[in-house]
Amino acid sequence: MPYGYWGRLLDIDLSSGSYRDYSVSSFVYRMFIGGRGLATWILWRELGSKWEEVDPLGPENILVILTGPLTGYYPGIKLAISGKSPQSNGVVGSTLSSEVAVQLKSMGYDGILVRGRAESPVYLYIEDGVVEVRDASRLWGLRGVELLKKLREETKKSSRSGESPWPPALYIGPAGENRVRSAAVMANYAHAAGYGGYGAVMGSKNLKAIVVKGSGPLPDIYDVDGFRALRSRVIDSILKRTSMRYWGTPGGFYSVGYVTSSEPIRNWQEEWHDRREFSVEEAETRLWRKRFWADWGCPLACMKLSVVVRDDRLYITDGPDYEMGAYLGPNLGIFDVEDAAKLSALADELGLCGIQVGNTVGFAVELFEKGIVTRSDIGYELSWGDTSSLHRLIEDIAYRRGFGGILAEGTYRAALAIAKLKGISEDEVLRYAVQSKGIGIGAHGIRSKKDYPQPIAYAASVQGGDHTSVAGLPADSSDSETWSVFLDSAVLCMFLASDEDTMIEFLNTITGWKMGREELYKEVGPRILSLQRIMLLLGGPDVYWDPRIHDDNPPRFYEPLPTGPYKGMKASREEVEKMKKEYFAGMGWDEYGIPTEDTLKKLKIGDAIKATKKIKSRLGL
Amino acid sequence: MGFIVLAQIWILRDFEKCTGCRLCEIVCSLEHEGRIWPDASRIKIFEYSPGTIVPHLCTQCPGYPCVDACPTDALSVDSDTGAVLVDEGKCVLCRLCIDACPAKVPRIVKGRNSVLICDLCGGEPACVKICEEVGYYALRQVRKPNDATRKAYTVPPYEVASKLARRVYGEKWEEVV
Repeated sequence: MPYGYWGRLLDIDLSSGSYRDYSVSSFVYRMFIGGRGLATWILWRELGSKWEEVDPLGPENILVILTGPLTGYYPGIKLAISGKSPQSNGVVGSTLSSEVAVQLKSMGYDGILVRGRAESPVYLYIEDGVVEVRDASRLWGLRGVELLKKLREETKKSSRSGESPWPPALYIGPAGENRVRSAAVMANYAHAAGYGGYGAVMGSKNLKAIVVKGSGPLPDIYDVDGFRALRSRVIDSILKRTSMRYWGTPGGFYSVGYVTSSEPIRNWQEEWHDRREFSVEEAETRLWRKRFWADWGCPLACMKLSVVVRDDRLYITDGPDYEMGAYLGPNLGIFDVEDAAKLSALADELGLCGIQVGNTVGFAVELFEKGIVTRSDIGYELSWGDTSSLHRLIEDIAYRRGFGGILAEGTYRAALAIAKLKGISEDEVLRYAVQSKGIGIGAHGIRSKKDYPQPIAYAASVQGGDHTSVAGLPADSSDSETWSVFLDSAVLCMFLASDEDTMIEFLNTITGWKMGREELYKEVGPRILSLQRIMLLLGGPDVYWDPRIHDDNPPRFYEPLPTGPYKGMKASREEVEKMKKEYFAGMGWDEYGIPTEDTLKKLKIGDAIKATKKIKSRLGL
Repeated sequence: MGFIVLAQIWILRDFEKCTGCRLCEIVCSLEHEGRIWPDASRIKIFEYSPGTIVPHLCTQCPGYPCVDACPTDALSVDSDTGAVLVDEGKCVLCRLCIDACPAKVPRIVKGRNSVLICDLCGGEPACVKICEEVGYYALRQVRKPNDATRKAYTVPPYEVASKLARRVYGEKWEEVV
């Protein structure tokens, strides 16, 4: 009998409307932990042999929704979403906060797999392992706030058995329905699994929402007394993070620009600003209707409730959090917190990842500025800071209207399409695309070297531009991507994580494992990363990556910072190459970042060797 | 020399401070069931929206209509704390207590053979303790207030939420709640 997890998933096929149990052995859990790691194993096992042919937006893709062994026990809550990514064509472990994670475990399952495609719009109502495929024609087209209200009315139980809350849901907005590659899987107004584009995968399956209700307890804990003591100790230490409690991530609005010079401004043309009006103090006084809003089991409450009344309606969002605020603020030349919050709320309700769409819109405005695209392409003028035209463009992307249809493919694919449309070289357009492997880069730059991402953070990450999964040296430390893999596989919130020793102790207390630091950094981490790396390099069918070209920073990061205290600083190619080499070696990968035969055998994933041969032969290595 | 008479206690809730974190549900189930079992928590959080979050639990309301309605004497009042106690052996899940409760607080959940009602943890409510420990202070332990006050809190969660929503979201509150 396992502790901390159930060892089974609910495997649902929307094409046939049937479902069954999908068992996962304790051996596999120990090898892949859960969440992102387990998703990688499942996708490898189910789709690995034909990976290049799998269309991420086709019925053959599998939407994977997983908890991990720390989910529900460690303070706070996260849920991992995965599948073949329509952005990177590899595997992205994308996490969001949602009570669905707890409901899943309460119904006796660690997660859900969704295969196939429903003939018409549906949503899933899952109660204690029983799956109902319900008609969603009344819900299709609805934006987040309206949808949540409707779903609540539809799923609320009568009070015959006493008043119980309605079950939580994962859902998509119009962007996911329209298979926009920057669409997120959403929960509770402002929560998004953005990286990876899994909202589009849900939409491609005609799946509007997944409602989950579990009535039972979480799985047993190996050492209950140890758990109680450790949990109190962890909560005490989390409570010391008082600035996160007070300001949350919007605390970075001003400081990430002014102090560390690493905030995206006008599509990363600059990374420094001294605009005091874009600061957390402004958000606090002008936006916040409620200071502390917490997710399930969270003692920190870094979220804030922001409400903007515009256009004769309400716009509701979080802080907005730093990433959304930066990308839909300064990156678009907007320094007014109310405008940034309005666009963040817009992205939330349309079900768009605020980072990805902010990245693409910034890219489009710069192309307009440089004269590469014009009014006749877009249908209207675009300019920095013009909130109303930027609002219009975001809607055009979500509904794939006009030029929005090209931008709905995400920054990288849009760049290729625009080059073709304009008859110019790809490089002439890609130089303005601030992305890595199809994934727009998170709002923390590398040029000033004053923020946390290292020069290879995005160039060598198996999740491209994902700022929550950065590569770094040393390869066997919490500065490397291995640490992100741990957090996303045990499945917990990075803002609540403790030091490595405490985290490993917590995992062992729940599961009864005797995992040590060595096993995490030398086996589990590299195992998951190696498989993710292999599937990223397999890629296809529409996009393939070449390590010699694509394991790199966007061209913009090699341009000198034009302003601020770190003016003149830029990424160095020599340094990136040197660090990449060292990082790959640390992972047991060759000079191209392809895991070696020895490494794969040692990591007990020797069946992936044939895939590395396929990659090498495609690349002519 | 004399007897110490303990004043009956009460859980005061401050709806505007509730963050929706559910730590109360977690510790409630740990306290009563020895495991994390959100559905079996005696306090439930109704999060209509981030601005309208309602902790819902027994108010020990005047006259104890649930105790009156119970046909099997499964419900009684703890004279020390004022809490409603459930005799698990006697409860037949007839739902009459739920019908009688103005706020529909007693709950029947899968896996438990008797209704669930807050027992104030025998005088030291675990939910209050954790809520204070993490500094949210949405729940506070106070002396039992008068009948009128307790009655004012004895309402279904939607009633509380719709009032909160008017304050948080203004005249357009119905777009949300």
